[in-house]
Amino acid sequence: MLKLLQLLEEDCTLTNDQLAAMVGMTAQEVEAQRRQMEEDRLILGYKAIVDWDRTQREAVTALIEVKVTPHRGEGFGRVAQRIYQYDEVESVYLMSGAYDLTVIISGRTLKEVAQFVAEKLATIEDVTGTATHFILKKYKEKHLIFEKQEEQEERFVFE
Amino acid sequence: MIDYEKILCGRVRDIHPSGIRKYFDLLQGMEGGISLGIGEPDFQTPWHIRDAGIYSLEKGFTKYTPNAGLSDLRGAISAYLKRRFDLDYAPNGQILVTVGGSEGLDLAFRCLLEPGDEVIVPAPSFVCYGPLVSMLHGTPVMVETRAEDEFRLTADQLRAAITPRTRAVVLPFPNNPTGGVMGREDLEALAEVLRGTDIMVISDEIYAELTYGQRHVSMANIPDMKERVIVINGFSKAYSMTGWRLGYACGPKPVIAAMTKLHQYAIMSAPTTSQYAAIEAMNSGDGDIEAMREEYDGRRRFLVDGFRKLGLDCFEPRGAFYTFPCIRSTGLTSEEFCDRFLAAERVAVIPGSAFGPGGEGYVRACYAASMHDLAEALARLERFLKSI
Repeated sequence: MLKLLQLLEEDCTLTNDQLAAMVGMTAQEVEAQRRQMEEDRLILGYKAIVDWDRTQREAVTALIEVKVTPHRGEGFGRVAQRIYQYDEVESVYLMSGAYDLTVIISGRTLKEVAQFVAEKLATIEDVTGTATHFILKKYKEKHLIFEKQEEQEERFVFE
Repeated sequence: MIDYEKILCGRVRDIHPSGIRKYFDLLQGMEGGISLGIGEPDFQTPWHIRDAGIYSLEKGFTKYTPNAGLSDLRGAISAYLKRRFDLDYAPNGQILVTVGGSEGLDLAFRCLLEPGDEVIVPAPSFVCYGPLVSMLHGTPVMVETRAEDEFRLTADQLRAAITPRTRAVVLPFPNNPTGGVMGREDLEALAEVLRGTDIMVISDEIYAELTYGQRHVSMANIPDMKERVIVINGFSKAYSMTGWRLGYACGPKPVIAAMTKLHQYAIMSAPTTSQYAAIEAMNSGDGDIEAMREEYDGRRRFLVDGFRKLGLDCFEPRGAFYTFPCIRSTGLTSEEFCDRFLAAERVAVIPGSAFGPGGEGYVRACYAASMHDLAEALARLERFLKSI
């Protein structure tokens, strides 16, 4: 199972047949395990990693440090939930250190993101402070490098 | 005007040029071509290793190293061989750092062979052994390994090949191109034949880290064999460092001393930058090896499974990164198969016949390629097989 997850995390376009051959199972077994893992939400989804900067579409992403007051009995869960329900929010992580939550937001323009922070995020009852950092350039995401890597000169070797 | 045909050494002239080049040349002009031809890892050298090389340049370490290699590197190699393969070689005197495993092989032959001496070479195998031996007026004695023996060299075959002129036997395992490996019992059986003789073993272990299911065993691990074994290994395959050109040879002190003497005249010392990077590889690279091996293993299973599903017999390779499917059922020779497959489907694989006797009827397909390319190559193979 771990092996399947690892292979899928690396490349979710692998077919059940391919995965089956790679791990030494039948395609039916792979399919069953995969369905189970999806039901159990061990696999949350399958998404493409897109370099939007090279398209016409305007997009900005911001990383926001959020300080919150935790609730007795519920910790940070409740406020995190209030934040992650917004569609604009890409990711939410509970952090150790100087602030509590990292919230990653994407929007079409700087203004749109700033507005979201000011109007929606900062006004949540238990949020005591925010610091917004706009992402200027993405170099690497999920082990993938955005910039095209140069290739070495083609050559003949007989090994 | 100099007639170069006259002045070039006859033995060089007699070496057959590789007939494989045409596949690469043809493939280069092809849109959408897939090469399963080159036997080279498709990973980048891990960054921490590259970084160590860069760092050494920044510090200005740009001079020759000691002839035998940096002592830190020899120490690291010694510790690595103990840790990974239970081999004992002393950093001083029993290890020589070479320019790739290839130089180690060449040096070993040079230090052992007198004109007329014979070297037993199991085949199919990597193409360099025969020409290197011939250059020294030696005679390569090719012994065909067979699919039914899982492409291992058997004791009977070895015994039958030995003559009073036999100076050495090459053990190219894990094997390129078959993926065959020799287990401990297989080596014990060969050892039984070699005991009491002066025959040396040149053990080409460049793929030692790439075995699937069982750890590699060296002939030097077999009781009282170490005195006759020269272990050839390197960084190219284990750490994906082919372009760094770095390898090493280990063996009895007098042999390594002789090899070092020649190395000192022909090479001086292996590339300094590469040696610094290699120290990092040996000291902190075990995890990289595991990750790459795991990746290869998945692809290996996928490709073998794919060939079998298409009706081609395929021996299960236990080492290196090659599959060696049998294509006799197509009625084509291995060269015809490769020519036509390339022309029709733009996929390059190498005819088994290029790897010496025993290779006809097979082709070599390297799985150091992306899953996407392997899947596409199999889809094209299916179409191709239907068309013939």
